Amino acid sequence: MTDTATTAAVGRTADVPASTPARLDARSLRADFPILATTNRFGKPLVYLDSAATSLKPQVVIDAVNAYNGEYSSNIHRGIYEIAERATGAYESARASVARLINAPEAAEVVFVKNATEAINLVANSWGRRNIGRGDSIVLTEMEHHANLVPWQLLVQEKDGDLEFVPITDDGLLRLEVYEALLHLGPKLVAFTHVSNMLGTINPVRRLTEMAHEAGALVLIDGAQAVPHLPVDVQAIGADFYVFSGHKMLAPTGSGALWARRELLEAMPPFMAGGDMIREVHLRRSEWNEIPWKFEAGTPDISAQIGLGAAAEYLMTLGMDNIAVHERELAAYAMTTLRREVPSIEIYGPAAEFRGGVVAFNLPGIHPHDVAQILDRSGICVRAGHHCTMPLHERFDLAATARASFNVYTLPEEIDALAAGLREVVRIFDGEPGRPG
Amino acid sequence: MDDLYRDYILEHYRHPHNFGILEAPTASYEGSNPLCGDRITMMLGISDGVVREVSFTGRGCAISQASASLLTDEIKGKTVEEVEKLTPDDLLDLIGVEISPARLKCALLSLDTVAHALAEEAVASQDATSST
Repeated sequence: MTDTATTAAVGRTADVPASTPARLDARSLRADFPILATTNRFGKPLVYLDSAATSLKPQVVIDAVNAYNGEYSSNIHRGIYEIAERATGAYESARASVARLINAPEAAEVVFVKNATEAINLVANSWGRRNIGRGDSIVLTEMEHHANLVPWQLLVQEKDGDLEFVPITDDGLLRLEVYEALLHLGPKLVAFTHVSNMLGTINPVRRLTEMAHEAGALVLIDGAQAVPHLPVDVQAIGADFYVFSGHKMLAPTGSGALWARRELLEAMPPFMAGGDMIREVHLRRSEWNEIPWKFEAGTPDISAQIGLGAAAEYLMTLGMDNIAVHERELAAYAMTTLRREVPSIEIYGPAAEFRGGVVAFNLPGIHPHDVAQILDRSGICVRAGHHCTMPLHERFDLAATARASFNVYTLPEEIDALAAGLREVVRIFDGEPGRPG
Repeated sequence: MDDLYRDYILEHYRHPHNFGILEAPTASYEGSNPLCGDRITMMLGISDGVVREVSFTGRGCAISQASASLLTDEIKGKTVEEVEKLTPDDLLDLIGVEISPARLKCALLSLDTVAHALAEEAVASQDATSST
């Protein structure tokens, strides 16, 4: 591992804590992830480099899910009997754990949803439909995941509003001078990703939020790629809405959260209606429950959210500062190693000090699907495609990219394995440059 | 060596047959797999119910491009009726390597694009007939 990777972040990455010596013992904690002991059809160990798509799950999370299903499977907020009280307790205690992980002022501000996508749709439909009108604008960025783009497209189509986009530099950093100019338009909302799922860019969220507030806009931050990897303090950032998925942070699929300030949540109308979200129901009118339950209609994915609580506790035990350092080192190691071992490689996005554990790349003349397919034989899992960021790929005139992404359990030798695998890809394609692909 | 990436597949990828633009195609269609970014434009020159000329352009993975190269070789000189009868299994036999489910769309894009081109040709010639 290189020492330069631990150099303190400066300037734009001021939200990332200054480096401390890595204390994360990635090698030992791998024993917590049973899937890492498995092999593929050729007997090769799993080299999982697709954590930005979804993360692996540690035994404590699996155990928490199994305990619910095997020991106290019952509905929440209803039963008077023992296992129902236990289920309600576990579900609400998971909410408290998630609140602590992101330093939310109170657990009631954490609304459980199935993923970040649902959280953004909730805000767009509830807050958005009430607050965005004809001619109102929303500022987004060119690096948004489709989840933080398409819900806003639907909203402004319905309300005859406008979307504006902060462009990015060729290095994959937001152009703050254009952002500042766009804020002069007086947008009602600014929504941006904390960490780009393709470029790996860690955005200066505190500064972006401050600038938006000075312009009178509210701020929604897509933290799907941040909460699993960095210390996130929603109060220090000053955000109004902060969303993330559980399955990218070691928790089960079907879990996730929306955090928003109490007064916003209280003023917002419900998004989904049904059981649990009401206080009183009459045939022609109803009264809503308190937050957060006002936004949790119907029986939720109870075991998944309990698993999310266990994942939050696990992450806090490891220490988010340590995780951030570990992954920044991996990104730096990957960029150095891949460029040295595979000189023809094109790596997209900013320098290592501005990025999280995500490295998107291409081998000239070889389609990323072919790259991923050949790597798969060696048990190496990478993502190939547009990673739900088609506009970002258009910005770089790319049809697709391959992407390696890391997590707490990723080791430098897995990046060595990736480099060896890519050399094999180049060998199979014989190094002959194909048509641009 | 990966079975999927046999030499002849790679050879078709690097030096595809019938790659280029047809000057006056009677039918053409651009097909794509948006999820992976594969893109193929098929151009057909049909007269008297026979595919006299065929070419394609595009970019994408080795499987999609090799498949288009092999398919265009196969359909040149065949009647439209024969081409319409080609099934996905026929094309997979032609490709001759095992295609995993995740890559089927890549392998079959060429045939799908030819089918669309023929459908447009049929509509166009019907219009031409009915307007005379």
